[in-house]
Formats: sequence, structure tokens, C-alpha cells
Amino acid sequence: MRNVCDDFPVLQREVSGRPLIYLDSGATSQKPKQVIEAVARFYRETNANVHRGLYQLAVEATELYEEARGRVAAFIGAHPEETIFTRGTTEALNLLAYSLGEIRVGPGDEILVTVMEHHANLVPWQVLSQRKGAILRAVGITSEGELDLEDFRRKLTSRTRIVAVTHVSNVLGTVNPIPEIAEMAHGVGAVVVVDAAQSVPHMEVKVRELGCDFLAFSGHKMLGPMGIGVLWGRREHLEEMPPFLTGGEMIREVWIDRATWNDLPYKFEAGTPPVAQAVGLGAAVDYLQGLGMEEVRRHEERLVAEALEGLLARDYVEVYGPRDPGKRGGVLAFNLRGVHPHDVATLLDQEGIAIRAGHHCAQPLHRLLGVPASCRVSFYVYNTREEIEAFLSALDRVWEALGK
Amino acid sequence: MSPYEDLIIDHWRNPRNKGTLEAPDVDVTEANVPCGDVVRLQLRVRDGAVEDVRFDGRGCAISMAAASLLTEMIKGKKLEELQGMRQEDILDALGGVIKPRLNCALLSYRTLRKALDSLGARERIRGQKAGAEEKT
Ligand SMILES: Cc1ncc(COP(=O)(O)O)c(C=O)c1O
Repeated sequence: MRNVCDDFPVLQREVSGRPLIYLDSGATSQKPKQVIEAVARFYRETNANVHRGLYQLAVEATELYEEARGRVAAFIGAHPEETIFTRGTTEALNLLAYSLGEIRVGPGDEILVTVMEHHANLVPWQVLSQRKGAILRAVGITSEGELDLEDFRRKLTSRTRIVAVTHVSNVLGTVNPIPEIAEMAHGVGAVVVVDAAQSVPHMEVKVRELGCDFLAFSGHKMLGPMGIGVLWGRREHLEEMPPFLTGGEMIREVWIDRATWNDLPYKFEAGTPPVAQAVGLGAAVDYLQGLGMEEVRRHEERLVAEALEGLLARDYVEVYGPRDPGKRGGVLAFNLRGVHPHDVATLLDQEGIAIRAGHHCAQPLHRLLGVPASCRVSFYVYNTREEIEAFLSALDRVWEALGK
Repeated sequence: MSPYEDLIIDHWRNPRNKGTLEAPDVDVTEANVPCGDVVRLQLRVRDGAVEDVRFDGRGCAISMAAASLLTEMIKGKKLEELQGMRQEDILDALGGVIKPRLNCALLSYRTLRKALDSLGARERIRGQKAGAEEKT
């Protein structure tokens, strides 16, 4: 892949007197100037509220917003009417837990999640289960850090109404076999919700190929702005579901005592949407398509392979998740024996290397791994082999300083 | 690499007053739940002063070094003096701590405050009992 670093202004800066090496794209990605400029241009040239004004500026703003929707929809192989803008993955999953939960889940019904879920794809289902008197169950993992499909089969029953699973684990890096999961789930009449926050930015994802019913992801993890994300859902479900938030934009007719809902996707977009952010996400999608998602994936696989090999070669490092880079997304979690991840992150920061340390919003998984926290590096289009080498040798210095 | 202050590394590698006391006057534990750091602090008090102290726990280098350093700072001190001890005292002694790590550095300080509160409460109960006995 061509070297894209020059497109990312923040990567030109220094931290602790060293060039920044940013290895936390799993938390949020950096933004290319094409995206920054698209957002700025919207405010400079076109800013107006959408779907309301009859004047030129509002018409243009609405066109830009809907164009962005069209681009994002095409990116995941979806219809624009089934592509709802939300604030991010978290809001999309909360929307589902509320609206889908309302029509599909009753007392004694079962919701199936996995132990590797981000809290955003766990806690909303907990709350729904408590609200409806439903039963929440979690599929385990194998010793390799892959989803335990035997356990999945065991826990999938005729009472299972919703299966909510992450496409790529934000800790283990595991890529889950969504088509297989969806087929089994549909076999018992369950709908399948996929948390794609860590997949859509990093690999080609087409909703029809996955076979799921809903897909949620965040713009800010795929070169776009913060504050915009996407919920895709099958029309037949979305039509049936009640709105999540109510107010302006999502209604058709309103009386003092009742209202009727707007068409899809507007039924789920109450209030003034984040228009500039949507436009920025459209630019991010353009940028990624310019690189080619297959190329993006290949680039990351190479980086992961290199980092994984380096980490496994160090006997003071414990790596979590699959050993095969082909079975992983762009994240790698690990620990240094006896050293707290926060110390690792602080010492690397002093060399200008930004990594994540903590439970990464996956406490149940960390409990299962038997550690309170872990270090995590995650890669994206702008990372290089030289950065991985710099990271690995800095890790040796951390071990020298704190290892026992 | 510019590592942590030598002082932090030293206390991390060679913790002072680590272990447990037999029959301590106070024995308290505090934790930073999100990061899993835990500090247990035990004090033996005589004549209103800390006669002996031990800490135990697990966590990051900063939290463990701070706990070790704290035990040195409080040993032999009068409880009244310790009441006046401020967060800044421990942070300064550590040579300054970056913002994201303040919680780690102050875990043992919070544990000490808990120990002092617990001793104070006991004193008050004892005082009240004595007062009540005088009345009867
Ligand atoms: C797997 C996964 N799900 C959900 C989220 C939540 O995304 P957001 O905070 O953008 O809503 C994240 C990112 O933090 C994630 O990695």
C-alpha cells in the first residue's frame, strides 16, 4: 500500500520529543486531511439544517447528508433506507436493545451474547433482560481465544430471540464466523445483531454476505469524525420496530395526543442529525475505497504478523487470542509478566508510543483471562513496519526497567 | 528511555515494610477497581504514634512504590501529624506524578486516610462509652 502518513496531520507531531507512533486505532483512528477538510468545508460553505429549509443552502446540506448515507450504504452493500445514522456503535446497539427488544423479547425468552463482547454489546442486553424478565446467556471461548461454537450450539435454543455477537473482538482480535453463526441462529428463529466496530474499518464487510439482521459500527474508528455511526438493519425488522428516540424529523403527523412515524431511515433519526460528521464519514469511506479494503486488510495482516511474531518471541510477554494472523483483526492484547499494563503504557508514552492499557471495556473477558487489565496495540493504514520494530524494542526497555 | 524516577524503581524492586503485622491496631484495604490495584495497610499504634507499619498488595509500579514510600513516611509519626498529611506530600515525595496516574499514586494515601478514620471512630466510641459509664 502507498505510504499514507503524509495525509494525517496529527502524525506529523511529536510526543515527548519523539515522532508520535500511534498504536491505538482500535480506540479511535486518526483523520486524514481529506476528512478534516470535508468537515471544515461543510461548515464554511454549506451549513444549514437538513430536511427542513426550502432555501438553497438547506437543499445543498440535505443533498450532502444523503449523499454521505448513500456512500456509507454502498460501502457495506446495503440500501440507503436501511442505513441509519446514529451517534456511534453504542447508540446503535442501545437503539436495538430498546426497539427490537420491545417487539421480540418477552418473559422467559433468551438473549445470547458472548464473553468477548465490548460492554456496549453486553450491558444494553442486560438491561433489556431485566426489563422484560428474559434470560441472558453468554457463549464461551476456546483456549485459543476463538468463539466456542460447541458452546454456542448448546446455548442456542428455541427460546433464543436475539443473538448479539461481535464480528472482531476488540481484545482478542478474533474474527468470528458470522455467516455460520447467523445460519444457526436463523435456524431457531433468532435475529442476529453484529457489533462491527472493529471489522468495518479494517476489512471488506458486505451485510448480505454476513447474513446477519443488524450491523452496528462507528465512524471515528474508520478515519471519520467522532459523533457519527451507523446502524444497518433489514427493512422487515426496521419497519416493525417502534422508534427509539422521538421528536422532530422522525414523525409524519402529530396531534396533541398522538403521532405517526416517518419512513425509513428517518423514523430512527430524531432531532437534528450530525450532518458535518456524516459528510466527514462519507469522505472517510471515499478515502478507504481509494486505498481498497482488500489492500487495507493485507497491510494490517502484515503488521499483525510482524508484531505477533515479535511478541511471541519474547518470553516475558503473554499474548491473548489466536496465534494465526489470518484469524485476527488489527488488534493485539498482551501482558508483560508481573508488570502492570499502566506502567507499560506510561513508559512507552515517554518514547512517543501511544498504546492502550486497561480492560478495554471488556471486564468479563479479562476476568476470564485472569488478569485485571491488559496492554493493547492496534494498527491502521498509516502504521509501518518500522513503527512495529520501534515498539518492540521499546518494550524490551520497559522489561529491563520494571521486569523482575 | 527516561524511566520512572529512580526512587520509584527502587521502591518497586525493593519494597520497604512489606508484609503483615501480628495483632495490628488497624488493618484496612483499599482498591482501584478499574485497574485492579489493591493496597492493604496495617498499623500498630502506641502513645498516639505509629509504632510499626506494614503494607501488602498488588498493582502497578507507581501504586506499589507509593505505598512503600508512604510506610517510611509515617513510621514513628504522631497520629495528629498524619491527620495533617496532604496528598501533595506523597506526590512531592514521589518526585511528581503525571495526571493519568494520580489515582495509582494516591491509592495508599487513601488507604491511610481510611486507617486514620477507622482509628478515630474507635477512639470516639471508646470516649462515648467512657462518658456513658461516668453517667451511670
Ligand atoms: C467491539 C466494540 N464495540 C463497541 C465499541 C463502542 O464504540 P463507540 O464508543 O464508538 O460507540 C467499541 C469501541 O470502543 C468496540 O471496540
